[in-house]
Amino acid sequence: MVEAELTKRYGTREVLSLATMSVRPGTVHALVGENGAGKSTLVKIIAGTVRGDGGTLRVGDQSIDLARWDRTRARAAGIGIVQQHGASAGTLSVVENAVLGVEPGGWPLIDLAETRGKLRALGDEVGLPVEPDARTDELSLGAAQRAEIVAALHHGAKLLILDEPTAVLTPIEVEGLLATLRRLATEGRTIVIVTHKLDEVRTVADDVTVLRAGKTVATFSTAQGPLEVAAIARAMVGADLPTVERLPAPPATAPEALKLERLEVGTELAAITLTIKRGELVGVAGVDGNGQRELALSIAGLVTSRGVVSIDGRDASQLSPARRLAAGLAHIPEDRLHGGLLLDATVADNLALARTDITGRFVIDRARVAKHAATQIEELDIRPPDPSAIVRGLSGGNQQKVVIARELSRPSLRAVIAAQPTRGVDLGAVVRIHGRLRAAAQAGAGVLVISADLDELLALCHRIVVLLRGRIVGELDGEQLRRPDAREIIGALMTGVELAADGDPYLQASGRVSP
Amino acid sequence: MLSLLRPGSNPRRELEAAAIALLLSIAIGSLLMLAAGVSPGRVWFAMIERTAGDPYLLGQVLYKATGLALCGLAVALALDAGLFNIGVEGQLSAGVLACAVTGASLPESTPGILAIPLCLAAAAAAGAVVGASIGALRAMRGAHEVITSIMLNAIVAGVSLWIGNEVLFQGGTTRGNTIVEGAQLPLLPMSGSSVNAALVLALVVVAIVWFLRVRTTWGRTWIAVGQEPAAARAVGISVARVQTLVMAGSGALAGLAAANFVMGHKHAFEEGLGRGTGFLGISVALLGRSHPVGVLLAAVLLGLLSSGGLAVGDLVPKELMEMLQGVVVLSVAAAGPWVARRSVTVVPEVAA
Repeated sequence: MVEAELTKRYGTREVLSLATMSVRPGTVHALVGENGAGKSTLVKIIAGTVRGDGGTLRVGDQSIDLARWDRTRARAAGIGIVQQHGASAGTLSVVENAVLGVEPGGWPLIDLAETRGKLRALGDEVGLPVEPDARTDELSLGAAQRAEIVAALHHGAKLLILDEPTAVLTPIEVEGLLATLRRLATEGRTIVIVTHKLDEVRTVADDVTVLRAGKTVATFSTAQGPLEVAAIARAMVGADLPTVERLPAPPATAPEALKLERLEVGTELAAITLTIKRGELVGVAGVDGNGQRELALSIAGLVTSRGVVSIDGRDASQLSPARRLAAGLAHIPEDRLHGGLLLDATVADNLALARTDITGRFVIDRARVAKHAATQIEELDIRPPDPSAIVRGLSGGNQQKVVIARELSRPSLRAVIAAQPTRGVDLGAVVRIHGRLRAAAQAGAGVLVISADLDELLALCHRIVVLLRGRIVGELDGEQLRRPDAREIIGALMTGVELAADGDPYLQASGRVSP
Repeated sequence: MLSLLRPGSNPRRELEAAAIALLLSIAIGSLLMLAAGVSPGRVWFAMIERTAGDPYLLGQVLYKATGLALCGLAVALALDAGLFNIGVEGQLSAGVLACAVTGASLPESTPGILAIPLCLAAAAAAGAVVGASIGALRAMRGAHEVITSIMLNAIVAGVSLWIGNEVLFQGGTTRGNTIVEGAQLPLLPMSGSSVNAALVLALVVVAIVWFLRVRTTWGRTWIAVGQEPAAARAVGISVARVQTLVMAGSGALAGLAAANFVMGHKHAFEEGLGRGTGFLGISVALLGRSHPVGVLLAAVLLGLLSSGGLAVGDLVPKELMEMLQGVVVLSVAAAGPWVARRSVTVVPEVAA
């Protein structure tokens, strides 16, 4: 289907050096590798959204002239792509986005009626139901992504490329998506999925290409027997992964770090009551869009809310965001690109952003800013290790490390809200970030981890609460989290599915299950 | 549109954008001259040669540049914070009025050491009030600053003319009372041209703004608000307050330009004094890529173009030189995004 051997340079930096990928028709092909390995670049060249600098590309039995290969030609050749951060115009509806640039009907009029019906039918057919008239910016990330997949299929994509499709999805959505991808492949379509989550690879992939530092370092195929996840992981990072132990839970007598009492945000968040002790890591599980965003923002004081937020035993409800931070709060926002970073500023400046404890009150203490940057770059292994690097040029994982470093290096930290701390971040960075969150807890902060990644919560947290439609619908403590069926229980709570028979005794014992 | 006009942080690229804009303007300007039937080479050469060789013309260029630098700096400051202050014209008018009224109502014997700071403060305060109200409307009510600036420009122009007619203008003229001698800035000795001590003031202000912008937490704060308001909010910066304060500061800088016109040159309130400087200040800020030093250079260049017309008046029609100022702005608007687009390929998107 696709034979690629591609080179791409950005300035003097070669991000792809004759990276190869061979995609067989009718298969699901996983392209894996750490952040910065060049996965996105490789698929973008194939999809025609980025121009390749050298090498060869064959699509079907056609040899492609890289210099003239663009999105229009790729689309005509049957290549569809669903981008990592989505590529929909927010104020347009699903159907309007689907026809953007290829509007049906006689110019200047647009006829959407037919497309509307086709999208709905196609969506139902492939198991990705879409609402053609919904506005894209009002959809959850998962629903918006479904709409993009259906739109790509609508345009006749024979090869569908998905760039980190699961980064923004909940476990249930991930399961559904992977099943759909399998089905599409069985029906004769070809899928390329970019990911660094190996359990997904194992579930869905026929073939695997592993990229490291712009080169293909290994390929695997189910044609030669079952996929060996450990071998893939080794190929990705070039070494065995370190394992980490869960921190011991703080004693019951530990003082309160963060206390929420009947916290409410409009209709999004209803009467959340939750206490986090110093040294404790508490996870918030839930399907995206069930109040997680509002929970984080209201604790940080960034949205209007009712109820009480206490930081380190002091009522902070009336405090401005700045005063809450001064009271010992740190906030890692869920979207680093829109709310976490100044993309056009340097790493050093981002690390010292609004940190008057580093910069000084008025005239900036440049020596201290530089020293702070050097320390944090070293501690979190931020790459490139250059304080004057512009953050926009960093990989997602390293950008996230900058946010983590700035927030968790605050003096006298008492409470941390980490919203999706490792979303779209590679394995190496995940290990660093988790290590840093653990260190914060160990140093005496209460940490609230909000994540759509259940594995992350299970690996990190002493306790997990589940959010559904803005309410806490269940809570599992350390004992319950060690049960083999903990994952299913949380999954059921997240979706609001009633558990069998008289319900689960452990959940009843916690007394937090809403009817 | 604003994101395209807003400068980035890479100085080399900014320099590139300005250089491209300049070359583009020269090229288009040359075509215009050809169309007017004159040799471009002769006009450009004559403009430089005559201006440089004539202290009076050089002084006039610097006089223009003084007002333009302050107004350009006002626009640049707001742009840094993500606001497009096209109300500089109105803020300057308010400054002119306040400066002249203050200067004229002081006792005749007020010494310069008192009169000059008072008049400067009045000019800055008047501009700041107009600017701050634009900023506050944006920050508190979400009213877009471009719309409110345009409206306030009209209101300030109307009000100051009305005040002039009702109170200030002396018997049938459009000139108010002369300000006290202590408030008058000395002319710089350049063959009787209008360039005056306000030039020194402008240079000092440029230096101060540069220092604030680059070396202080204030600068970091307003740049953070301009680049990514959501991130600024998340780290505890009050975006509304910063926007209001920056617009007040921007208005104050525009108001200060009154020193050049009132205290340094006309010594009285006059109808239409300084008119157009505010609008041209927008071009100055864009061409100077919002950097204080860039603004200074752009102010001299546009000063040259607007005074240069005088020098080459015998070669080309005056209107052509006015068109050239518009061409410069268009070129900047074209070059900025072009450089920004190119820079996308320089900075790789390697996420995943």
